[in-house]
Amino acid sequence: MTAHSTPSATVLYDIPGPQTRKRHFIYGIASTILILALVGWVIYLLFDTDQFTSDKWTPFEYKGIQELLLRGLGNTLKAFAYAAVLSLALGAVLAVGRLSDHRPVRWVATILVEFFRAMPVLVMIFFIFVALKVQPLPALVAGLTLYNGSVLAEVFRAGINSVERGQGEAASALGMRKTQVTTFVLAPQAVRAMLPTIISQLVVALKDTSLGYLITYEEFLHAGKLIASNLDYDLPFIPVVMVISPIYIGMCMLLSWFATWVAKRQRRNPKTEATSVGPAQPGTLMSEAR
Amino acid sequence: MLRTRKVLAACAGLLLAVLAAGCGKDGSPPVKGPKAGALPVYKVDTSFSLPDSKTWTQAKKRGYLRVGAKEDQPYLGEKDPATGIYSGFDIEIARMMAASLGFDPKTIRFKTIASANRETALQNGQIDYYVGTYTINDMRKKLVGFAGPYYMAGQGLLVRTDEDDIHGPQDLAGKTVCSAAGSTPYQRIAADYPKAKLVAYDTYSICVDNLLTYQVDVVTTDDAILLGFAAKAPEEMKVVGKPFSEEPYGIGVPRSDNALRFALNDALEANEKNGNWKKAFEATLGLSGVPAPKPPPIDNYPAT
Amino acid sequence: MDVLTDNFSLYGKGFLGTVELTFYASILAMVLGFVMAAFRVAPVGSLRVIGTVWVTVLRNTPLTLLFFAVLLGLPRFGLVLPFNVFAILALGCYTSAFICEVLRSGINTVPTGQGEAARSLGMTFGQTLGNVVLPQAFRSVIPPVGSTLIALAKNSAIAGAFSVTELLGTYKTLNELGYNIIWTFVWIAVGYLIITLTISAIFNVLEKRWGVAR
Repeated sequence: MTAHSTPSATVLYDIPGPQTRKRHFIYGIASTILILALVGWVIYLLFDTDQFTSDKWTPFEYKGIQELLLRGLGNTLKAFAYAAVLSLALGAVLAVGRLSDHRPVRWVATILVEFFRAMPVLVMIFFIFVALKVQPLPALVAGLTLYNGSVLAEVFRAGINSVERGQGEAASALGMRKTQVTTFVLAPQAVRAMLPTIISQLVVALKDTSLGYLITYEEFLHAGKLIASNLDYDLPFIPVVMVISPIYIGMCMLLSWFATWVAKRQRRNPKTEATSVGPAQPGTLMSEAR
Repeated sequence: MLRTRKVLAACAGLLLAVLAAGCGKDGSPPVKGPKAGALPVYKVDTSFSLPDSKTWTQAKKRGYLRVGAKEDQPYLGEKDPATGIYSGFDIEIARMMAASLGFDPKTIRFKTIASANRETALQNGQIDYYVGTYTINDMRKKLVGFAGPYYMAGQGLLVRTDEDDIHGPQDLAGKTVCSAAGSTPYQRIAADYPKAKLVAYDTYSICVDNLLTYQVDVVTTDDAILLGFAAKAPEEMKVVGKPFSEEPYGIGVPRSDNALRFALNDALEANEKNGNWKKAFEATLGLSGVPAPKPPPIDNYPAT
Repeated sequence: MDVLTDNFSLYGKGFLGTVELTFYASILAMVLGFVMAAFRVAPVGSLRVIGTVWVTVLRNTPLTLLFFAVLLGLPRFGLVLPFNVFAILALGCYTSAFICEVLRSGINTVPTGQGEAARSLGMTFGQTLGNVVLPQAFRSVIPPVGSTLIALAKNSAIAGAFSVTELLGTYKTLNELGYNIIWTFVWIAVGYLIITLTISAIFNVLEKRWGVAR
């Protein structure tokens, strides 16, 4: 569903004829004007409320401020890196647990996965930070790991279950043990197939690092707030949002786009023949549930 | 897909532009309000030793003190975003304490701790002591120790200069009042003036921001904090009424470390006598035009 | 245990705050999501662009940043609203991007032949949409809309940190009052479970009633 200039037939309407096209063209012009008016109004508001005064923007010219922002960005990426690696590891462990032949192991893993997926990630982060008295960075990473690890466990499990049954059966018939079947036959295919979904989940982890702001972890948003809430700079909230959000959104979009690219590549890859490649949905909330 | 790629390219370009701008001006952006006066220099007591204090011996081994502070209170505890340097009256207290404990004030590593996390930070040893508008009360005494008090503040009200209806806490009914979440002033308004509509934030500067944008009508907290803000923009804000509480500010220390608490009390007393305290006040909060008050008597409560 | 019985009204207030936030934000998200989904499948190019930009930007925005921008940024525009309205706005807009994608993929699951058949029977656009396409799409989107709204309920916790009365925020008061912090959080967790399980139960009923057998 990309935005082609000539829409093909969909379930909703046929390929338009010349008259309809003309009508659509007029609609297009009208709506474009409407949007431009809206954008213009917002820009007018920005100027009207003095968002472009030098008081509000000069702070960004200073090296110290830039370094503060970069340090914040670095801390965001650091938290993301820890959370990503640890949640992949936790996800693998929990997935193995859920696929185990031993009933108690399976139960424990299932309870953990279901519980951590059902809890708001922020409640877990606050619990670790406030009740367990952990420092901000480990608290943030632990909260993100528990949540994303549980979601990834389900992704891994779905991936392994999606590999054609014949693959596992053939491997077993060759005399491989269950561990061998899983590690050498099922897991490699499952990971390839699920790579886009995994990366999409990492986008969620990257977005959620901003929750660190709420527990005084000195990440990107915290750096922004420090600048924005300074009376000396005329409280430049809007300029700070205008500087910070493109970077945040850009990083997430880059990762989302990477997931889509991987999905496309893997669909053409002969090594994923025995399974279906998962979709790349940027920021799957928990839509993979049930 | 082409569209997404274009958008991505634009974003990457912007990111690069920001990085390329890395060669910015040195120093910090211009500051409003009166410039901080000449700060007193504190003599480092190099012969000082306090082997009974776990906090002190660990700091000595480490070579520097870690002090918790506020980062968003002008003339009290404020961090310059550009340089990362802390300044204000609380910071001066922390510095003179460090000098008396045998540490060069320049070596202190300040760490911003939000109001709600002060006890935690002291309990799990993130900081050695905390100086940041920390009111002494019995409930907190169960969790942490308090040296001091080093200053007697009182709850006041900050309003816009065009506000004529509010002269004291009795006028708060129906008004939107902003304060910091979990703070003593917040709880007092909630308990004593239930008709006021309360709003809470983590930091007072957002309250002040909301005051200036007509989101709230009053900012209430200790008058010392309010004076610092009012001094930044005197044509827009004013402090009204008499303080309606007593907030003795103390230095938070780990509860078990009585030796450190007694040493800090001695150091405070000495600095109040030799004039350092007065000089520190005049160079910071005193810029708002308020003369240095008499420091409150120190409460050297027995070891717990 | 005392934590709950002693502070029932405090918990109740927080719980109702979260329910209210979830309810209104859900409605906003569904309406906006529907409009944006309509834009994204519209035959008019510029509308498709708006839909795409809306979805792409919002899905890649950290919710905390959105809250920061809406609750602290919008007042700088001179737009002054109560905090919980801002929170509903932020949550609703954020979730609408996800709802939009769910609805769009729901419409896409209806085979093209269905529409073509309807049109060759002489049905108008309205009839095709109302009698053929939407009823089929509606059935397949019930479960994913349900899980998106559960996610919304969970995300509403962020509002508490921006001084909106809701469940997670109750911990601050209870902590200051000196209650056992572990139990405080246990009851907060139970509160969230009640909300998410209720949403999931509602959508289970909906699916049993109208859902497609898959």
